[in-house]
Amino acid sequence: MSRTTVAEAISRIPDPEIPVISIADLGILRDVSVDEDARTVVATITPTYSGCPAMEAIADRIRWEADAHGYRSEVVTQLSPAWTTDWMTAAGREALARFGIAPPGPSAEGGGPSRGPVSVQLQRHVVACPHCGSDDTTEIAHFGSTACKALRRCDACREPFDEFKAI
Amino acid sequence: MTEVAAQASPAAYVLGLADDAMVYAQRLAEWMSNAPQIEEDMALGNIALDLLGQARALYPHVGTLDGTGRSEDDFAMVRDERDWRNVHLVEQERGDFGQEMARLLWFATYQRELYAALLASSDPVLAGVAGKALKEVRYHLDHAALWVVRLGDGTEESHTRMQAALDSVLPYLPELFFDDEASVAAAESGIGVLPSSLHEAVTTHVAAVCQEATLDLHAPTWRARGGRAGIHSKPMGYLLAEMQHIARSHPGATW
Repeated sequence: MSRTTVAEAISRIPDPEIPVISIADLGILRDVSVDEDARTVVATITPTYSGCPAMEAIADRIRWEADAHGYRSEVVTQLSPAWTTDWMTAAGREALARFGIAPPGPSAEGGGPSRGPVSVQLQRHVVACPHCGSDDTTEIAHFGSTACKALRRCDACREPFDEFKAI
Repeated sequence: MTEVAAQASPAAYVLGLADDAMVYAQRLAEWMSNAPQIEEDMALGNIALDLLGQARALYPHVGTLDGTGRSEDDFAMVRDERDWRNVHLVEQERGDFGQEMARLLWFATYQRELYAALLASSDPVLAGVAGKALKEVRYHLDHAALWVVRLGDGTEESHTRMQAALDSVLPYLPELFFDDEASVAAAESGIGVLPSSLHEAVTTHVAAVCQEATLDLHAPTWRARGGRAGIHSKPMGYLLAEMQHIARSHPGATW
């Protein structure tokens, strides 16, 4: 089997929590190195959140894919540089929106120590409803069904929806 | 047999950070199904998961630093109370929701300053964990601040209770900023930061939130101490019993 086959198979692995998006489109697959002579694959992944429980399922699936293609594999988890939603591909964002999850906006990367008090407000940026497209939406909860999502409500079509948080 | 690495070592310093995250993750997880609304079950559960993830990333690194090669489970599941280096703040029993928001506001603000400073750590693993965790902690802080303002600047009842909640955590705060031997050693070697160096920024931020929440920040009348040396308060033993009993009853079990 050619290099692209196993590498592609790994890059197409769906996220276990949001199966409409692949781990490559999500930006958590950082590297796939294939050694054809040794028949080995080294895949580097980075977690979305420190405690993301999907990481082990993803690592298992990578090993399974490599095995199915006849490669021995190693999965390396890399924390740095920390994952950011800015790494999500355009295709991934579209898939999220089609699935009913508002894709993340650009991350407001700070990182420095103490930049004064954070603003305390419920609605701090414009998020379009993935169902009807209206900008008239309100955050219901900072933390949604998973760590990477917030819960919002569309005030036009009245549907609740998940928003992928920009980090 | 689980001797803590020499008290003055960088390993002991990192262990303190990991234990703070682990124990607070356990306390926050207790809110699942007990929070005032289902969104809070999820929010506090998610925050707990972030902290658990930080602990899981740090524990194996402590095992490398101290040369014992211990795993995350070795640290979390089979260490006795005297070997834990967390501060008393995180081990205290769950109070009312306002008390939790007061504790979370302080702890998340502390962690934000801590991790921001640790980005410059000479230890690449610690700097990596800090970079990852910093993004998460901002959300924790935002969440706590939002509730403290809403409750403090709310009804007469919510204001009174939020003020009492804020007062109740005061005695546990000085310990977060105490320079014990391990943190001094870690700071000298460039791995860690002196806890006392974070105090001003943390207090300034919390004070700003309190001002918006129409709450007063008082000085504590007494101070908890001893956590970093393995001397804990009464709730710690109960917490460990609940957290560790499955792993201790079935040593080496996997699933």
